[in-house]
Amino acid sequence: MMNPKMSVAAQPPKKRLSWNNPEVRAIVYQVLAVALVGGIGWYMVHNTLHNLSVRNITTGFSFLTREAGFAIGESLVSYTPADTYQRAITVGVLNTLRVASLGILFATILGTIIGIARLSKNWLIRKLSSVYVEVMRNIPLLLQLFFWYAIIIETLPGPRRAYHPIPGVFVSNRGIQMPSIQGDGLSWLLWGVLLAVGLSFLLSKWARHRQEQTGQIFALWRSVLGLVLLVPALVWWVSGEPLSLNVPTLKGFNFSGGMTLSPEFAALLFGLVIYTSAFIAEVVRSGIQSVNRGQWEAAGALGIKNSLVLRLVVLPQALRVIIPPMTSQYLNITKNSSLAVAIGYPDLVSVINTTLNQTGQAIEGILMIMAAYLTVSLSISLFMNWYNKRIALVER
Amino acid sequence: MSVAPNVSNQVAAPSVWSRASVLHWFRTQLFSSPLNTLLTLLTIWLLLATVPAMVDWFVLNSTVTASSAQECRKVTGACWSVIVEKHRLILFGVYPYEEQWRPLLATLLLVGVVLLSGVRRFWNRSLLLFWALALAGAAVLMWGGVFGLAYVENSRWGGLPLTLMLSTFGIAFAFPLGIVLALGRRSKMPAIKTICVVYIELIRGVPLISLLFMSAVMLPLFLPEGLTVDKLLRAQVAIILFAAAYMAETIRGGLQAIPKGQYEGGDSLGLTYWQQTRLIVLPQALKIVIPPLVGLFIALFKDTSLVVVIGIFDLTQAAKAALVDQTWRGFSIEIYVFISAIYFVFCYSMSKYSQSLEKRLATEHQR
Repeated sequence: MMNPKMSVAAQPPKKRLSWNNPEVRAIVYQVLAVALVGGIGWYMVHNTLHNLSVRNITTGFSFLTREAGFAIGESLVSYTPADTYQRAITVGVLNTLRVASLGILFATILGTIIGIARLSKNWLIRKLSSVYVEVMRNIPLLLQLFFWYAIIIETLPGPRRAYHPIPGVFVSNRGIQMPSIQGDGLSWLLWGVLLAVGLSFLLSKWARHRQEQTGQIFALWRSVLGLVLLVPALVWWVSGEPLSLNVPTLKGFNFSGGMTLSPEFAALLFGLVIYTSAFIAEVVRSGIQSVNRGQWEAAGALGIKNSLVLRLVVLPQALRVIIPPMTSQYLNITKNSSLAVAIGYPDLVSVINTTLNQTGQAIEGILMIMAAYLTVSLSISLFMNWYNKRIALVER
Repeated sequence: MSVAPNVSNQVAAPSVWSRASVLHWFRTQLFSSPLNTLLTLLTIWLLLATVPAMVDWFVLNSTVTASSAQECRKVTGACWSVIVEKHRLILFGVYPYEEQWRPLLATLLLVGVVLLSGVRRFWNRSLLLFWALALAGAAVLMWGGVFGLAYVENSRWGGLPLTLMLSTFGIAFAFPLGIVLALGRRSKMPAIKTICVVYIELIRGVPLISLLFMSAVMLPLFLPEGLTVDKLLRAQVAIILFAAAYMAETIRGGLQAIPKGQYEGGDSLGLTYWQQTRLIVLPQALKIVIPPLVGLFIALFKDTSLVVVIGIFDLTQAAKAALVDQTWRGFSIEIYVFISAIYFVFCYSMSKYSQSLEKRLATEHQR
């Protein structure tokens, strides 16, 4: 590679076409590299086209509009085997997003608690959380998924003798049954939540402005909690639409009504959350430890309450250390959710796997899987980069 | 619960077990505040509710001697007999029974070279030789066909040696590739840099499963007609390509940590780029990234379990195969616990080693 600094003195003003000229060398190397990569690519495409024509496989995405003909166990949108492949893949994408987003949410909560617990003053809690982290992150996720799935399928009782921990909730080898809310009022409730989020955002802006102007601190979190609880209820009440609780009941050999977490979904979510929370705990712990002890003492010397020290002094500094590795954990959850295929949860990979077994459209299928994960990965990392920049240290 | 600002004030267990020190330890560690007392009591209650039951299941009520599944069903605890019965299948897959000393020897060889890599005296060129010998030795032992060993085709390989081979071969071949990619990503030549960035980000953006599927269904299409590569080798290629991208990012971190003065020093000595890289930059950069490389190896070791989805007979798949036997149905928990313990022993010891190494290397930097 060229070395500009070295050549400044030695280089004569007239540029010569010589191997000793680093710029010439650089161009030659790059042309060679591009030619090599391009050549390999062309060779593979050439072989592929030839092999496809020999095997009589037509390329292209036209198969997407054909009838899928296979059933999918669970779906967020209505789906029947008579629907198209396109619809089936949409179901797969939604299922992936569902398990990944819930996984991220719960793993963050559990991981943060355990990460803080690892720094607790309490010996028992410190040791227990260490054991949790060491055990969970040193066993492959796939094995954990098999394990949870086996526990649900083999050791839990059938629907007739299901565990019944809270009224309306049944745990059996058919999964977990929970009450769900239904009725026309549901959409009003959702609008209410949106409204509350918007109001909270405005309120936080106002509170920050006021604190900067007057120094008075506004009890923001309590107000936001109140808003989120009250506004949706108010909106629903004003709309006057009905809302009812759909409680699952045992009918014959299975449950009807309510909401079901299938054994596959429950095992996948459990596995993802438990496995990833161990990693997140380490991220959180090292983030908090990275904050200098002097920061705690300085805050204490200023007379700031202990709970406020964590929120106002330590966390903002720790977050800078935490965010980048946390991002990669979120990406890992999303990518690891593809292990669903091993226990039969119909996520994107498993739906496309069925599709390419039926149609033989291997290349298109794999390309779609890769494109989908790349999109999700890149958008999560874009968002986290934006957030990271926002909380980064503003230096003079 | 309150957070200790720093580890330093977390008092370790007292070294002298006098009555006062024990009491003091209990007071500060378990009952320092009302909240802590509550948490301690809750935890103790939780432990009392779970640990005795687990001990019962694992040890007291378990059986190792039961000769059939019927006998096993009579005990309330774990049925370890299923492990006794199936351990050869789980550990070595369907490798010919009389020849199973060969995968055992291969396993020991691979574990040996991994252990050897942990000894600092061997952190030089001789390590390369050891790795080459161990990998070649393991391959010869598994395949056979030479030195009077019977040939065993690789579709019959399985279990622990296969898991170890996939991960050691994966890390060994990904290492040089990762170095090249990392250097390429830091190159000032735009075309080379772009190729490396696109490769690294593409691989890191997709799950390993999709690469394994690709190796299973797409790779045969890429190759010229008539040339076929067997399934195991294709999966191995996918694992190498996958590991190389992560390896490149780890090594790039090490390269970035090398101060600019080192490069300038190399320049002023009139070294070429490759001399500079080989003699000055890489030795320092690679030393920094040893702990994260161990972490990468642990991750890869766990990730090789994903080859289950394309039907390769690794340790995890061997466990599933052991479950299929009709006469020993319903003991999957025992088998999964056994496999988990194997993975745990490997991964935990490596991660402990990496932590101690990190501590040692960190103190060296402070000088």
